[in-house]
Amino acid sequence: MTIAAPLNPVDALKQHFPDAVLDVREFRGETTVIVASAELPKLMQFLRDTSGLIYNYLSDISAVDYWEPYGGIGDRPARFGVSYHIYSMLYNRRLRIKVYVDEDDPVVPTVTQVWPAANWLEREIHDMMGIRFEGHPDLRRLLMPQDWQGHPHRRDYPLGYETVQFSFNVEEILKHKPFARSQD
Amino acid sequence: MVVSDQQNELMEWQGSLDDVKHLVSERALTGETMMLNMGPHHPSTHGVLRLLLELDGEEIVTCLPDVGYLHTGIEKNIESKSYEKAVTLTDRMDYLSPMSNNMAFCLAVEKLVDLDVPERAQVIRVIGLELSRIASHLVWLGTHAIDMGAMSVFLYCFREREHILDMFEMLSGQRMMGSYFRPGGVWRDLPEEFMPALEAFLADFPRRVDDYEKLLTSNPLWMDRTQGIGVIEPEVALAWGLSGPTLRGSGVNWDVRKAMPYSGYEQYSFDVPLGEHGDVYDRYIIRVREMRESVKIIQQAIKRLPKGPFRSENRKFVPPPRAELGRSMEAVIHHFKLWTEGFSAPDEEVFASVESPRGEITCYLHGTGGNKPRRVHFKTPSFMHIAALPVIAKNHMIADLVAIIGSIDIVLGDCDR
Repeated sequence: MTIAAPLNPVDALKQHFPDAVLDVREFRGETTVIVASAELPKLMQFLRDTSGLIYNYLSDISAVDYWEPYGGIGDRPARFGVSYHIYSMLYNRRLRIKVYVDEDDPVVPTVTQVWPAANWLEREIHDMMGIRFEGHPDLRRLLMPQDWQGHPHRRDYPLGYETVQFSFNVEEILKHKPFARSQD
Repeated sequence: MVVSDQQNELMEWQGSLDDVKHLVSERALTGETMMLNMGPHHPSTHGVLRLLLELDGEEIVTCLPDVGYLHTGIEKNIESKSYEKAVTLTDRMDYLSPMSNNMAFCLAVEKLVDLDVPERAQVIRVIGLELSRIASHLVWLGTHAIDMGAMSVFLYCFREREHILDMFEMLSGQRMMGSYFRPGGVWRDLPEEFMPALEAFLADFPRRVDDYEKLLTSNPLWMDRTQGIGVIEPEVALAWGLSGPTLRGSGVNWDVRKAMPYSGYEQYSFDVPLGEHGDVYDRYIIRVREMRESVKIIQQAIKRLPKGPFRSENRKFVPPPRAELGRSMEAVIHHFKLWTEGFSAPDEEVFASVESPRGEITCYLHGTGGNKPRRVHFKTPSFMHIAALPVIAKNHMIADLVAIIGSIDIVLGDCDR
């Protein structure tokens, strides 16, 4: 079996998705391609299936919050960034695809149909960052309880704590718990 | 009492089983199949994993994992710590091989600030990582066997693990959460008593692995329980992002140590064992062989261990040795700056990946330009493996589910972080 010669992923993306590729950054030998989120699933499918690219493994999806009071935004287009770290086992190289997500309507199309591995990674980001993934099959909270308010990994979410339950304050705490009603 | 809007909203929450209705089969709604909770306090879920099972008799129709019981907000906490202090938190993720977590985080920090690691530190790290691998596989083997009813293997495995924990104590002063790796090297040099202990262990250990194999490898009961169970096709394994021995059990030859070597792994010769059938038995064989390969790697590391500094000499990132503080004003300044403020890292993102005993741990690190990270995210192998559990466990008997959970080697601290 002959293996097709590797293609430059940035050139290939620019050629096939001229409108979607917004910017390309290099840092410490890592390539980041910043793309528009609208065509993301199609673009990922292209990266996975095109001969010469074959990014067949999804290593990680991470979200980052560029909240302004913590020195964020600056020249960045929006408050949230979602980075997809994909890996090609055939050519042994990595690529980072990044989309920026607006604060008012944080929605990204899901890539679970391209890599099922994205299922829980996206659920985690939805839970912790409050970014919705359109078309995700099961977008419930993952790590936090289902009745949790807020998204803990946002920079404006304080590093707080939950009140410890003692006999003197148990009633006060249970008042605010959703399951308490069924015990009435 | 005045109830605020937010409290009102909390009281209005209407969550129920309706949320998961679309995830179970229609037979569950008519009561034809049974819903059963397994965990979070079940002894063979290897931690606090809760599985909501839909059962048709003993056969699993659907499996819905519920995680998060061990979520401790490690990633969120690291955002408020300087880079050096954050290492301590990474230990607590995968508590059976803390050094692998240290390694992932240190690699990311070193990449972000472009910090060198001296040759000696790299070799010491390899010794630590491979010892962690053996220790973690020993816990896996013991608990996996005890899940299937083989009691004595557990006791033997923990006896050997004890020797490794003793060595970790020599290295870092702690048996488990050593925080031994620091950005730029390791916390301190190898103590005098470490090498004799390590050599004694290596001389003894291969014989012990033979003992475990004698008990299990060709034991008909063990083979009946594990062969042909929990088969993962290689395509499925790749699509669901499995890694480590679980991926290699399906015959996919991918090991981060070979594919993208770190800490000088390219200079060691070792084999990557591969499975053929992708079943529980193959994953067992692979982990046992990996223990033998780790012994080989450590022996090579002992031979090549060079003299020299055990951490970087770059004083902007690594604190000076204690002895220098009495002689040099600069050392005092560096010491003070690093232990009060820490060092600054650029407002950029980096990605590092290591092969932990369980699979690929990746660390995504985003600096702020200041002394604290903006965001740290670890993708951990247990997380991906539990996500794929519904696919692997489908149509198996509930007793086999115990074997499958053991064979994908999960640690819930690793999953929930």
